[in-house]
Amino acid sequence: MDINPQPLLRVENLSKCYSAQKWHRLQSVFAADAAKNKPKEFTALNNVSLQLRRKSTLALVGQSGSGKSTLALCIACLERPTSGSIFFNQQEVTALPEQQLRQIRPRIQLVFQDPARALNPRWSALDLIAEPLVIQNRLTSKKREAKVLQLLDLVALPRTSVSKPAHQFSGGQRQRLALARALALEPKLLLLDEALSALDCSIQAQIANLLLDLQYQLGLTYLFITHDLAMAAHLADQVAVLACGQIVESGSAQKVLQAPQHEATRALLAATPRFAPNSSAPALVNA
Amino acid sequence: MEPLLQVQNLRVAYASARGDLTPALAGIKFELAAGEVLGVLGESGCGKSTLASALLALLPGNAVLQSGSVLFESQNLLAADQRELRSIRGSRTSLVFQEPSSALHPTLRIGQQVADILAAHTNLSRQAVRRGAQQTLETIFGDDASRIARSYPHQLSGGQRQRVLLAQAIVCSPALLIADEPTASLDPATQREILELFRQIKVGLGISVLFITHNPLLLDGLADRILVLYAGQVIELGTAAQVLASPQHPYTAALLRSVPPSKIGVVDMCTNAEEASASYRLSRLPVIPGDSLDLSQPAPGCRFEPRCSQKMPVCSTSEPELTAIDRSHSASCFKFSAAR
Amino acid sequence: MRYLLRRASHALFLLFGVSVLTFLFSALTPGNYFDEMRLNPQISQETVAALRAQSQLDHPLPLRYIHWLGGVAHGNLGFSFAYNSPVGPLLRTRACNTLLLAGTATVLAWLIGLPLGIWSASRMNRAPDKLVSAGTATLLVLPDLVLALGLLILAVRTGWFPTGGLTSTNYNGFSTLQKFRDLTAHMTLPVLALTLSALPNIVRHVRAAIADELQSPFLRAAEAHGIPQRKLLYNYAVRAAANPLISLLGFSIGTLLSGSLLVEVIMSWPGLGPLFLESILARDFYVVIAGVLLSMLFLVAGNLFADILLYLADPRIRTAERSQ
Repeated sequence: MDINPQPLLRVENLSKCYSAQKWHRLQSVFAADAAKNKPKEFTALNNVSLQLRRKSTLALVGQSGSGKSTLALCIACLERPTSGSIFFNQQEVTALPEQQLRQIRPRIQLVFQDPARALNPRWSALDLIAEPLVIQNRLTSKKREAKVLQLLDLVALPRTSVSKPAHQFSGGQRQRLALARALALEPKLLLLDEALSALDCSIQAQIANLLLDLQYQLGLTYLFITHDLAMAAHLADQVAVLACGQIVESGSAQKVLQAPQHEATRALLAATPRFAPNSSAPALVNA
Repeated sequence: MEPLLQVQNLRVAYASARGDLTPALAGIKFELAAGEVLGVLGESGCGKSTLASALLALLPGNAVLQSGSVLFESQNLLAADQRELRSIRGSRTSLVFQEPSSALHPTLRIGQQVADILAAHTNLSRQAVRRGAQQTLETIFGDDASRIARSYPHQLSGGQRQRVLLAQAIVCSPALLIADEPTASLDPATQREILELFRQIKVGLGISVLFITHNPLLLDGLADRILVLYAGQVIELGTAAQVLASPQHPYTAALLRSVPPSKIGVVDMCTNAEEASASYRLSRLPVIPGDSLDLSQPAPGCRFEPRCSQKMPVCSTSEPELTAIDRSHSASCFKFSAAR
Repeated sequence: MRYLLRRASHALFLLFGVSVLTFLFSALTPGNYFDEMRLNPQISQETVAALRAQSQLDHPLPLRYIHWLGGVAHGNLGFSFAYNSPVGPLLRTRACNTLLLAGTATVLAWLIGLPLGIWSASRMNRAPDKLVSAGTATLLVLPDLVLALGLLILAVRTGWFPTGGLTSTNYNGFSTLQKFRDLTAHMTLPVLALTLSALPNIVRHVRAAIADELQSPFLRAAEAHGIPQRKLLYNYAVRAAANPLISLLGFSIGTLLSGSLLVEVIMSWPGLGPLFLESILARDFYVVIAGVLLSMLFLVAGNLFADILLYLADPRIRTAERSQ
């Protein structure tokens, strides 16, 4: 199996500033803490650089308000950065016009935190998963339906639920729907913005396993944004720590989490609930 | 000494528009002593929110109380009338809701919202009420209390709002505090602060806490005893150390194993045949296969049986009872029951 | 403060725009006052021509507009051909009469509607609520015309109430108390008609807004804290439901001058309504324009009032404005 050695995603010196007005309106998108002091201009990202190897998982960790979601939005080309550049597959996407961007978009997909809000509860599973195909004008209606059924199999949802409306699915099942929808356009990069945080513990484990399966089967690359260090340790090869809009530490998951150098990383580790169910379990997090 | 709270055989069901009943709680029984923290561990659909509402007789209109009693300070709350309930709620018992952003009135100042609770349960003058509210806010917020009291909910962060909910809960110095997923929408650092606050409430104010959550990690170091809820039933009950370190019920054991960090290389329950490749991460989390039970389709036998890895023939035909394993630990599983 | 200035400047701009449009449309409608006059054999053609020249109707439109605008700046709203008097005082008297009627009706409608709506929401889907809903539905469906005529018939048949007008003919000879009673007697039916037509809208909106808030988590949380029912309903729920209700209040105030036209005409109440109607029919140019502008002014003022009230009542709007 030959893996292209070039990084799939390269972010160089990315900065993003918001005017106070826009920042205030974005509060609800981020579900972040309301900023107490409202400066004229808010720097969400300050000179951020990172690289993502193909078929690997990079966990982006940080406190609320550290800029994680902003970075995801920039990489997904939903926000234009103030300065810096983003290279996807060696092609610069930062300043592309919308026409050309439309070609790139299918390759980068997002999965959000709250499946209840990301999916229209009245739409059926079929409509939801087929929507990206409809928007990008691919396949005939019959072929779309076949594709949707294939995707349901991929995410381990029963085919019989294809016509059920979204509100009849449980939280974990809805997140699987969101995944299926994200996979409809056969993306190369999946941005998971706290995709597991709203789920119950055992369901988180199921979806985490599903993500690993899919990565292996489809050769996906993940940018996993989270504040749950334990899950990051479990899923990611590389970890980057974001604090106040800057990457303060990055490296392999083991190195960063077992031997943290920066104070922000140490603070995050200290905040993770410590747990050792059986004495023979290796303690991956130190308090 | 009399336990503070005694719940006996609580059965609650929800009625659909057509009149069919979906069971939500099926015979809940437990006790809570004064000054104790009982953790209620359960995932979506297990009935934990129904339990929280039922304990304070706050069930919604379509809920049907089929049987059971909730003895709080020797008074059955389920049989009390509205007036008595209103005097108990907020003053002897209090409830901390899940979503801090929607549990506060959007256009009233924080100080007002805390003071109103004190005013509703005491006959103090307006000055005294305001002072009492201020004191409670100072206990929770310290020096920041005055600024917080003047603010509106939308001006506060998620963690601050959760603290305000806690202040509202303790302003009348209740005996029992029920917290329904109080740290659900918070990031880890704030979560830790709130948990610390709960510890202080238990130790400093001697308030009994019923802490409902789906994350067992949160109960470590906070709960004295843990009750595990599955599909509306109590399936395990014991001290925190017992339940977390040596869970007896297959569900509890599986739940605790599915939380990372877990043992690397454990054989998981849904093996994937393509595990051979070196690039494939070996440490897949052991999961509980399937989804939680759909209670509208009742089936005979143990409710966990379809997903259980240790099931026996008897499990699909009869329902197990809560059996004592030792003095303080019991589980509802046929592994421990003498009858086969 | 910037918020208010912005709203006020919008309002001014709106008034200006409306004045231009009204002027244009009125001038473009075929015919003018003097056409009617010409048909009257008793008035000589020369008189008509002279009067016409005096009124400057033949000057170009933009010139007339600027002339008129200049007049308005000095408080001169033009001249009424039909009444042969300046428009200003004419409008003032009539507008006061209308305000008396509509103002009383609006106050009554809100005084009854607000508590009724709240009470209805608290007893949602039970017998009292269904009764109120049926009542408001009936009133909504009933046209103002039918209502007013019905009350008029009642007055004629029973003789309990005067059948129209502002005051009795011997009003000036009354003592103050008798004057008051006379006025009240004349006001009763029109006010009743107006109140009944405004009431259902208010009750339904209040009921919907309160019912919505009663479902909200913070109200359930307050109930769990033991806040008494009365406070929950009349304090917490009303405050939370304030936004849509304040907008409705602004609308109520805005339509004070314009909403009562039909009732005034039927009940012969000497208000702005009949004046406006007559002026349109008689092509009394300047009265029409002044009438439209005055109604517009009230509408804009009503909305501005609602905006101010909203700003004061909702801290979230204050914060959003301050961050800009």
